[in-house]
Amino acid sequence: MELFGLFNYWVFALLLMVGFYAVISRPNLIKKLLGLSIFQAAVFLLYITMDKVEGGTAPIIQKGVDDAIYSNPLPQVLILTAIVVGISTLALGLALVVRIYEAYGTIEEDEIQQQDLNR
Amino acid sequence: MITIVFGVFLLTLLLIVAIAIVREQDLFTAVTLMGIFSLLMAANFFVLDAADVALTEAAVGAGISTVLLLGALALTPGRERSIPKGRWLALVVVTLTTLVVVHATFGNPRLGDPGAPVHQHVAPWYLEQTPELIGIPNVVTAVLGSFRAYDTLGEVIVVLTAGIGVLFLLGLPGAVGERRREELALGRTYLSHHLVPQVVGRLLIPFILLFALYVQFHGEYGPGGGFQAGAIFASAIILYALIEGEREALTVISPRLLVWMMAGGALLYGGVGVVTMLLGGNFLDYSVLAEDPVKGQQWGIIVIELGVGITVAGVLLAIYHAFAARGR
Repeated sequence: MELFGLFNYWVFALLLMVGFYAVISRPNLIKKLLGLSIFQAAVFLLYITMDKVEGGTAPIIQKGVDDAIYSNPLPQVLILTAIVVGISTLALGLALVVRIYEAYGTIEEDEIQQQDLNR
Repeated sequence: MITIVFGVFLLTLLLIVAIAIVREQDLFTAVTLMGIFSLLMAANFFVLDAADVALTEAAVGAGISTVLLLGALALTPGRERSIPKGRWLALVVVTLTTLVVVHATFGNPRLGDPGAPVHQHVAPWYLEQTPELIGIPNVVTAVLGSFRAYDTLGEVIVVLTAGIGVLFLLGLPGAVGERRREELALGRTYLSHHLVPQVVGRLLIPFILLFALYVQFHGEYGPGGGFQAGAIFASAIILYALIEGEREALTVISPRLLVWMMAGGALLYGGVGVVTMLLGGNFLDYSVLAEDPVKGQQWGIIVIELGVGITVAGVLLAIYHAFAARGR
Protein backbone atom coordinates (compact mmCIF):
# COMPACT_ATOMS: atom_id res chain seq x y z
CA MET A 1 0.00 0.00 0.00
CA GLU A 2 3.08 2.22 -0.02
CA LEU A 3 2.21 2.89 -3.64
CA PHE A 4 -1.03 4.66 -2.71
CA GLY A 5 0.58 6.74 0.04
CA LEU A 6 0.96 9.68 -2.34
CA PHE A 7 -2.17 9.09 -4.42
CA ASN A 8 -4.07 11.91 -2.70
CA TYR A 9 -1.31 14.37 -3.58
CA TRP A 10 -1.30 13.27 -7.22
CA VAL A 11 -5.06 13.79 -7.44
CA PHE A 12 -4.51 17.20 -5.82
CA ALA A 13 -1.97 18.10 -8.53
CA LEU A 14 -4.23 16.93 -11.36
CA LEU A 15 -7.37 18.62 -9.96
CA LEU A 16 -5.43 21.84 -9.44
CA MET A 17 -4.36 21.87 -13.06
CA VAL A 18 -7.74 20.78 -14.46
CA GLY A 19 -9.22 23.83 -12.72
CA PHE A 20 -6.37 26.06 -13.88
CA TYR A 21 -6.77 24.85 -17.48
CA ALA A 22 -10.43 25.92 -17.43
CA VAL A 23 -9.42 29.36 -16.13
CA ILE A 24 -6.76 30.06 -18.76
CA SER A 25 -8.21 28.32 -21.84
CA ARG A 26 -11.96 29.01 -21.73
CA PRO A 27 -13.26 32.49 -22.58
CA ASN A 28 -16.61 31.84 -20.87
CA LEU A 29 -16.71 33.66 -17.51
CA ILE A 30 -18.96 31.14 -15.74
CA LYS A 31 -16.68 28.32 -16.91
CA LYS A 32 -13.75 30.24 -15.48
CA LEU A 33 -15.54 30.47 -12.11
CA LEU A 34 -16.26 26.72 -12.19
CA GLY A 35 -12.56 26.18 -12.90
CA LEU A 36 -11.64 28.38 -9.95
CA SER A 37 -13.99 26.33 -7.74
CA ILE A 38 -12.23 23.12 -8.80
CA PHE A 39 -8.85 24.77 -8.16
CA GLN A 40 -10.04 25.80 -4.70
CA ALA A 41 -11.43 22.32 -3.94
CA ALA A 42 -8.02 20.85 -4.85
CA VAL A 43 -6.37 23.05 -2.21
CA PHE A 44 -8.98 21.91 0.34
CA LEU A 45 -8.10 18.31 -0.54
CA LEU A 46 -4.39 19.01 0.03
CA TYR A 47 -5.01 20.39 3.52
CA ILE A 48 -7.43 17.66 4.59
CA THR A 49 -5.05 14.97 3.27
CA MET A 50 -2.40 16.32 5.63
CA ASP A 51 -4.67 16.02 8.69
CA LYS A 52 -5.07 12.23 8.44
CA VAL A 53 -3.23 10.06 10.98
CA GLU A 54 -2.96 6.31 10.44
CA GLY A 55 -5.58 4.53 12.57
CA GLY A 56 -6.94 7.88 13.76
CA THR A 57 -10.48 9.16 14.09
CA ALA A 58 -12.24 12.53 13.97
CA PRO A 59 -10.85 14.84 16.71
CA ILE A 60 -13.81 14.58 19.08
CA ILE A 61 -12.57 13.47 22.48
CA GLN A 62 -14.56 10.68 24.13
CA LYS A 63 -14.66 10.30 27.90
CA GLY A 64 -13.10 7.11 29.21
CA VAL A 65 -11.13 6.42 26.02
CA ASP A 66 -7.46 7.07 26.68
CA ASP A 67 -5.63 5.31 23.86
CA ALA A 68 -7.52 6.84 20.93
CA ILE A 69 -5.53 8.46 18.11
CA TYR A 70 -7.02 11.69 16.79
CA SER A 71 -6.44 13.28 13.42
CA ASN A 72 -5.03 16.79 13.30
CA PRO A 73 -7.78 19.38 14.05
CA LEU A 74 -5.93 22.43 12.72
CA PRO A 75 -6.21 21.88 8.93
CA GLN A 76 -9.88 21.03 9.46
CA VAL A 77 -10.53 24.39 11.15
CA LEU A 78 -8.75 26.28 8.36
CA ILE A 79 -10.68 24.52 5.59
CA LEU A 80 -14.03 24.62 7.40
CA THR A 81 -14.01 28.41 7.35
CA ALA A 82 -12.42 28.54 3.88
CA ILE A 83 -15.35 26.61 2.35
CA VAL A 84 -17.88 29.19 3.56
CA VAL A 85 -15.65 32.07 2.47
CA GLY A 86 -15.28 30.29 -0.89
CA ILE A 87 -19.03 30.21 -1.56
CA SER A 88 -19.33 33.90 -0.61
CA THR A 89 -16.60 34.93 -3.03
CA LEU A 90 -18.06 32.65 -5.73
CA ALA A 91 -21.38 34.45 -5.27
CA LEU A 92 -19.59 37.81 -5.60
CA GLY A 93 -17.98 36.59 -8.84
CA LEU A 94 -21.33 35.40 -10.18
CA ALA A 95 -22.90 38.77 -9.34
CA LEU A 96 -20.14 40.48 -11.34
CA VAL A 97 -20.78 38.10 -14.28
CA VAL A 98 -24.50 38.90 -14.19
CA ARG A 99 -23.78 42.64 -14.29
CA ILE A 100 -21.23 42.17 -17.09
CA TYR A 101 -23.84 40.29 -19.12
CA GLU A 102 -26.37 43.08 -18.55
CA ALA A 103 -23.83 45.68 -19.71
CA TYR A 104 -22.22 43.85 -22.66
CA GLY A 105 -24.78 41.21 -23.69
CA THR A 106 -22.17 38.47 -23.61
CA ILE A 107 -20.08 36.57 -21.05
CA GLU A 108 -17.34 35.46 -23.47
CA GLU A 109 -14.15 37.24 -22.49
CA ASP A 110 -12.79 37.92 -26.00
CA GLU A 111 -16.10 39.43 -27.18
CA ILE A 112 -16.16 41.72 -24.13
CA GLN A 113 -12.62 42.92 -24.89
CA GLN A 114 -13.55 43.44 -28.55
CA GLN A 115 -16.47 45.64 -27.50
CA ASP A 116 -14.16 47.63 -25.22
CA LEU A 117 -11.76 48.21 -28.13
CA ASN A 118 -14.53 49.33 -30.48
CA ARG A 119 -15.94 51.77 -27.96
CA MET B 1 -6.98 -1.27 3.69
CA ILE B 2 -10.64 -0.93 2.75
CA THR B 3 -10.40 2.81 3.56
CA ILE B 4 -7.55 3.20 1.08
CA VAL B 5 -9.45 1.36 -1.69
CA PHE B 6 -12.52 3.49 -0.98
CA GLY B 7 -10.42 6.65 -0.99
CA VAL B 8 -8.73 5.80 -4.29
CA PHE B 9 -12.13 5.00 -5.83
CA LEU B 10 -13.63 8.32 -4.68
CA LEU B 11 -10.61 10.34 -5.80
CA THR B 12 -10.64 8.73 -9.26
CA LEU B 13 -14.34 9.56 -9.63
CA LEU B 14 -13.58 13.11 -8.49
CA LEU B 15 -10.98 13.50 -11.23
CA ILE B 16 -13.32 12.12 -13.92
CA VAL B 17 -16.10 14.50 -12.86
CA ALA B 18 -13.70 17.47 -12.82
CA ILE B 19 -12.56 16.76 -16.38
CA ALA B 20 -16.19 16.35 -17.46
CA ILE B 21 -17.03 19.76 -15.95
CA VAL B 22 -14.28 21.46 -17.97
CA ARG B 23 -15.14 19.64 -21.22
CA GLU B 24 -18.93 20.08 -21.01
CA GLN B 25 -20.19 22.98 -23.12
CA ASP B 26 -23.72 23.01 -21.76
CA LEU B 27 -23.33 25.05 -18.59
CA PHE B 28 -26.43 23.59 -16.91
CA THR B 29 -24.87 20.12 -17.17
CA ALA B 30 -21.56 21.49 -15.91
CA VAL B 31 -23.25 23.05 -12.85
CA THR B 32 -25.09 19.80 -12.06
CA LEU B 33 -21.78 17.94 -12.33
CA MET B 34 -20.31 20.54 -9.96
CA GLY B 35 -22.90 19.47 -7.35
CA ILE B 36 -21.83 15.84 -7.80
CA PHE B 37 -18.19 16.93 -7.53
CA SER B 38 -18.89 18.62 -4.17
CA LEU B 39 -20.75 15.59 -2.83
CA LEU B 40 -17.83 13.31 -3.80
CA MET B 41 -15.47 15.78 -2.17
CA ALA B 42 -17.56 15.68 1.04
CA ALA B 43 -17.40 11.86 1.06
CA ASN B 44 -13.64 12.14 0.61
CA PHE B 45 -13.30 14.52 3.57
CA PHE B 46 -15.28 12.05 5.66
CA VAL B 47 -12.94 9.19 4.72
CA LEU B 48 -10.03 11.44 5.79
CA ASP B 49 -11.53 11.88 9.32
CA ALA B 50 -12.72 15.46 8.78
CA ALA B 51 -16.36 15.11 9.85
CA ASP B 52 -16.92 18.85 10.40
CA VAL B 53 -15.50 19.74 7.00
CA ALA B 54 -17.53 17.03 5.26
CA LEU B 55 -20.73 18.42 6.81
CA THR B 56 -19.85 21.93 5.61
CA GLU B 57 -18.92 20.83 2.10
CA ALA B 58 -22.13 18.79 1.74
CA ALA B 59 -24.35 21.69 2.85
CA VAL B 60 -22.47 24.53 1.14
CA GLY B 61 -20.86 22.93 -1.91
CA ALA B 62 -23.47 20.44 -3.00
CA GLY B 63 -26.48 22.44 -1.79
CA ILE B 64 -26.22 26.20 -1.81
CA SER B 65 -23.50 26.74 -4.42
CA THR B 66 -25.49 24.69 -6.97
CA VAL B 67 -28.57 26.85 -6.34
CA LEU B 68 -26.52 30.06 -6.69
CA LEU B 69 -24.88 28.88 -9.92
CA LEU B 70 -28.28 27.94 -11.36
CA GLY B 71 -29.61 31.33 -10.25
CA ALA B 72 -26.79 33.05 -12.13
CA LEU B 73 -27.30 30.83 -15.19
CA ALA B 74 -30.97 31.84 -15.31
CA LEU B 75 -29.74 35.40 -15.91
CA THR B 76 -26.96 34.58 -18.42
CA PRO B 77 -26.66 32.34 -21.50
CA GLY B 78 -26.76 28.66 -20.60
CA ARG B 79 -24.38 27.52 -23.31
CA GLU B 80 -20.69 28.09 -23.76
CA ARG B 81 -19.62 29.21 -27.23
CA SER B 82 -17.65 26.43 -28.90
CA ILE B 83 -13.98 27.06 -28.24
CA PRO B 84 -11.59 27.95 -31.03
CA LYS B 85 -8.84 25.44 -31.76
CA GLY B 86 -5.25 26.14 -30.89
CA ARG B 87 -5.21 26.08 -27.11
CA TRP B 88 -1.95 24.18 -27.23
CA LEU B 89 -0.04 26.73 -25.19
CA ALA B 90 -2.46 26.36 -22.26
CA LEU B 91 -2.25 22.58 -22.49
CA VAL B 92 1.56 22.64 -22.51
CA VAL B 93 1.71 25.02 -19.52
CA VAL B 94 -0.75 22.90 -17.56
CA THR B 95 1.05 19.62 -18.35
CA LEU B 96 4.44 21.02 -17.36
CA THR B 97 3.08 22.47 -14.11
CA THR B 98 1.37 19.16 -13.27
CA LEU B 99 4.68 17.35 -13.73
CA VAL B 100 6.48 19.84 -11.48
CA VAL B 101 3.82 19.56 -8.73
CA VAL B 102 3.75 15.74 -8.96
CA HIS B 103 7.54 15.72 -8.75
CA ALA B 104 7.30 17.87 -5.60
CA THR B 105 4.90 15.39 -3.95
CA PHE B 106 7.66 12.76 -3.77
CA GLY B 107 9.14 14.77 -0.92
CA ASN B 108 5.85 14.64 1.03
CA PRO B 109 5.21 12.26 3.93
CA ARG B 110 2.96 9.29 3.11
CA LEU B 111 -0.78 9.57 3.81
CA GLY B 112 -1.44 9.00 7.53
CA ASP B 113 2.21 9.11 8.59
CA PRO B 114 2.10 10.02 12.33
CA GLY B 115 5.64 11.43 12.11
CA ALA B 116 4.75 14.06 9.50
CA PRO B 117 5.91 17.59 10.40
CA VAL B 118 2.33 18.90 10.44
CA HIS B 119 1.52 16.64 13.43
CA GLN B 120 4.54 17.77 15.47
CA HIS B 121 3.92 21.48 15.90
CA VAL B 122 0.90 22.94 17.69
CA ALA B 123 -1.72 20.23 17.00
CA PRO B 124 -0.73 17.85 19.86
CA TRP B 125 -0.95 20.81 22.22
CA TYR B 126 -4.54 21.54 21.07
CA LEU B 127 -5.53 17.89 21.55
CA GLU B 128 -3.91 17.75 25.01
CA GLN B 129 -5.07 21.09 26.41
CA THR B 130 -8.63 21.29 25.06
CA PRO B 131 -10.24 19.09 27.79
CA GLU B 132 -8.43 21.03 30.49
CA LEU B 133 -8.74 24.62 29.22
CA ILE B 134 -12.04 24.56 27.28
CA GLY B 135 -13.75 21.42 28.55
CA ILE B 136 -15.63 20.50 25.35
CA PRO B 137 -15.17 17.24 23.41
CA ASN B 138 -15.00 18.62 19.84
CA VAL B 139 -11.44 19.92 19.41
CA VAL B 140 -12.28 21.44 16.00
CA THR B 141 -14.91 23.69 17.60
CA ALA B 142 -12.52 24.56 20.45
CA VAL B 143 -9.77 25.63 18.04
CA LEU B 144 -12.24 27.46 15.79
CA GLY B 145 -14.08 29.27 18.57
CA SER B 146 -11.43 29.95 21.16
CA PHE B 147 -7.78 29.24 20.28
CA ARG B 148 -8.11 30.79 16.83
CA ALA B 149 -11.06 33.10 17.50
CA TYR B 150 -9.36 36.11 15.82
CA ASP B 151 -9.02 34.13 12.61
CA THR B 152 -12.68 33.05 12.69
CA LEU B 153 -13.80 36.65 13.35
CA GLY B 154 -11.83 37.64 10.25
CA GLU B 155 -13.53 34.93 8.17
CA VAL B 156 -16.96 36.08 9.33
CA ILE B 157 -16.11 39.64 8.28
CA VAL B 158 -14.98 38.32 4.86
CA VAL B 159 -18.32 36.50 4.43
CA LEU B 160 -20.16 39.67 5.46
CA THR B 161 -18.10 41.78 3.03
CA ALA B 162 -18.80 39.40 0.14
CA GLY B 163 -22.51 39.54 0.99
CA ILE B 164 -22.44 43.35 1.00
CA GLY B 165 -20.64 43.25 -2.35
CA VAL B 166 -23.35 41.08 -3.91
CA LEU B 167 -26.07 43.39 -2.55
CA PHE B 168 -24.23 46.41 -4.02
CA LEU B 169 -24.02 44.71 -7.43
CA LEU B 170 -27.48 43.16 -7.66
CA GLY B 171 -29.59 44.89 -4.99
CA LEU B 172 -32.09 43.31 -2.64
CA PRO B 173 -35.65 44.57 -3.15
CA GLY B 174 -37.28 45.68 0.06
CA ALA B 175 -34.05 45.89 2.06
CA VAL B 176 -34.02 49.70 2.04
CA GLY B 177 -37.03 52.00 1.94
CA GLU B 178 -40.71 51.10 2.00
CA ARG B 179 -41.87 48.48 -0.45
CA ARG B 180 -45.20 46.70 -0.34
CA ARG B 181 -45.28 42.95 -0.05
CA GLU B 182 -47.29 42.59 -3.26
CA GLU B 183 -44.53 44.18 -5.32
CA LEU B 184 -41.95 41.57 -4.40
CA ALA B 185 -41.37 38.94 -7.09
CA LEU B 186 -44.51 39.84 -8.98
CA GLY B 187 -46.08 37.14 -11.13
CA ARG B 188 -43.80 34.25 -10.21
CA THR B 189 -45.29 30.79 -9.84
CA TYR B 190 -42.28 28.55 -9.07
CA LEU B 191 -43.13 24.97 -8.15
CA SER B 192 -46.34 25.84 -6.34
CA HIS B 193 -48.46 24.01 -8.92
CA HIS B 194 -46.40 20.79 -8.71
CA LEU B 195 -47.90 18.57 -6.04
CA VAL B 196 -45.05 16.13 -5.32
CA PRO B 197 -42.22 18.64 -4.63
CA GLN B 198 -44.62 20.71 -2.58
CA VAL B 199 -45.72 17.84 -0.33
CA VAL B 200 -42.19 16.43 0.05
CA GLY B 201 -40.80 19.91 0.72
CA ARG B 202 -43.41 20.68 3.37
CA LEU B 203 -42.60 17.40 5.09
CA LEU B 204 -38.85 17.98 4.95
CA ILE B 205 -38.44 21.68 5.77
CA PRO B 206 -39.31 21.48 9.51
CA PHE B 207 -36.82 18.66 9.98
CA ILE B 208 -34.08 20.51 8.07
CA LEU B 209 -34.65 23.55 10.33
CA LEU B 210 -34.57 21.33 13.42
CA PHE B 211 -31.35 19.71 12.20
CA ALA B 212 -29.83 23.17 11.66
CA LEU B 213 -30.59 24.07 15.29
CA TYR B 214 -29.16 20.73 16.45
CA VAL B 215 -25.96 21.29 14.48
CA GLN B 216 -25.75 24.84 15.86
CA PHE B 217 -26.11 23.99 19.55
CA HIS B 218 -24.57 20.52 19.55
CA GLY B 219 -21.41 21.69 17.77
CA GLU B 220 -19.42 21.52 21.03
CA TYR B 221 -20.09 17.80 21.41
CA GLY B 222 -20.30 16.45 17.86
CA PRO B 223 -19.51 17.64 14.35
CA GLY B 224 -21.15 20.98 13.77
CA GLY B 225 -21.09 24.66 14.61
CA GLY B 226 -22.15 28.03 13.30
CA PHE B 227 -20.84 27.75 9.74
CA GLN B 228 -22.59 24.43 9.06
CA ALA B 229 -25.78 25.40 10.88
CA GLY B 230 -26.04 28.71 9.02
CA ALA B 231 -25.68 26.95 5.67
CA ILE B 232 -28.26 24.26 6.56
CA PHE B 233 -30.72 26.88 7.86
CA ALA B 234 -30.30 28.91 4.66
CA SER B 235 -30.83 25.81 2.49
CA ALA B 236 -34.13 25.06 4.30
CA ILE B 237 -35.42 28.58 3.60
CA ILE B 238 -34.15 28.42 -0.02
CA LEU B 239 -36.06 25.14 -0.47
CA TYR B 240 -39.16 26.91 0.89
CA ALA B 241 -38.60 29.76 -1.56
CA LEU B 242 -38.23 27.36 -4.49
CA ILE B 243 -41.46 25.56 -3.60
CA GLU B 244 -43.74 28.32 -2.34
CA GLY B 245 -42.27 31.25 -4.23
CA GLU B 246 -40.02 34.17 -3.47
CA ARG B 247 -42.71 36.28 -1.87
CA GLU B 248 -43.67 33.72 0.76
CA ALA B 249 -40.04 33.22 1.75
CA LEU B 250 -39.51 36.98 2.01
CA THR B 251 -42.58 37.16 4.27
CA VAL B 252 -41.05 34.61 6.64
CA ILE B 253 -37.73 36.46 6.79
CA SER B 254 -38.10 39.99 5.44
CA PRO B 255 -35.27 41.62 3.44
CA ARG B 256 -34.80 44.16 6.20
CA LEU B 257 -34.36 41.37 8.78
CA LEU B 258 -31.84 39.68 6.46
CA VAL B 259 -29.68 42.80 6.41
CA TRP B 260 -29.87 42.96 10.21
CA MET B 261 -28.93 39.27 10.45
CA MET B 262 -25.89 39.79 8.22
CA ALA B 263 -24.50 42.61 10.32
CA GLY B 264 -25.92 41.47 13.68
CA GLY B 265 -24.11 38.13 13.77
CA ALA B 266 -20.71 39.70 13.14
CA LEU B 267 -21.57 42.44 15.65
CA LEU B 268 -22.48 39.80 18.27
CA TYR B 269 -19.13 38.09 17.69
CA GLY B 270 -17.15 41.32 17.99
CA GLY B 271 -19.34 42.39 20.93
CA VAL B 272 -18.24 39.33 22.92
CA GLY B 273 -14.66 40.48 22.36
CA VAL B 274 -15.45 43.97 23.65
CA VAL B 275 -17.24 42.52 26.71
CA THR B 276 -14.23 40.37 27.58
CA MET B 277 -12.07 43.50 27.35
CA LEU B 278 -14.42 45.44 29.65
CA LEU B 279 -14.27 42.56 32.16
CA GLY B 280 -10.49 42.91 32.27
CA GLY B 281 -9.39 40.18 29.88
CA ASN B 282 -7.89 40.27 26.41
CA PHE B 283 -10.00 40.64 23.25
CA LEU B 284 -11.94 37.36 22.78
CA ASP B 285 -10.42 35.76 25.89
CA TYR B 286 -13.60 34.15 27.21
CA SER B 287 -12.12 33.00 30.55
CA VAL B 288 -13.33 36.17 32.26
CA LEU B 289 -16.99 35.65 31.26
CA ALA B 290 -17.75 33.42 34.30
CA GLU B 291 -16.34 32.65 37.74
CA ASP B 292 -14.89 29.40 36.46
CA PRO B 293 -12.59 30.04 33.43
CA VAL B 294 -13.65 26.77 31.74
CA LYS B 295 -17.35 27.71 32.05
CA GLY B 296 -16.48 31.15 30.65
CA GLN B 297 -14.80 29.55 27.63
CA GLN B 298 -17.91 27.42 26.97
CA TRP B 299 -20.25 30.43 27.22
CA GLY B 300 -18.02 32.42 24.89
CA ILE B 301 -17.93 29.66 22.27
CA ILE B 302 -21.72 29.19 22.37
CA VAL B 303 -22.34 32.93 21.85
CA ILE B 304 -19.79 33.45 19.07
CA GLU B 305 -20.98 30.29 17.25
CA LEU B 306 -24.48 31.77 17.37
CA GLY B 307 -23.11 34.98 15.84
CA VAL B 308 -21.36 33.00 13.10
CA GLY B 309 -24.55 31.03 12.36
CA ILE B 310 -26.71 34.18 12.12
CA THR B 311 -24.28 35.96 9.78
CA VAL B 312 -23.74 32.94 7.50
CA ALA B 313 -27.48 32.23 7.24
CA GLY B 314 -28.22 35.93 6.62
CA VAL B 315 -25.54 36.36 3.94
CA LEU B 316 -26.40 33.16 2.04
CA LEU B 317 -30.12 33.95 2.07
CA ALA B 318 -29.57 37.57 1.03
CA ILE B 319 -27.34 36.42 -1.85
CA TYR B 320 -29.96 33.90 -2.99
CA HIS B 321 -32.76 36.48 -2.89
CA ALA B 322 -30.58 39.03 -4.71
CA PHE B 323 -30.07 36.58 -7.60
CA ALA B 324 -33.69 35.41 -7.63
CA ALA B 325 -35.14 38.93 -7.55
CA ARG B 326 -33.03 39.97 -10.56
CA GLY B 327 -35.27 37.83 -12.80
CA ARG B 328 -36.44 38.96 -16.18
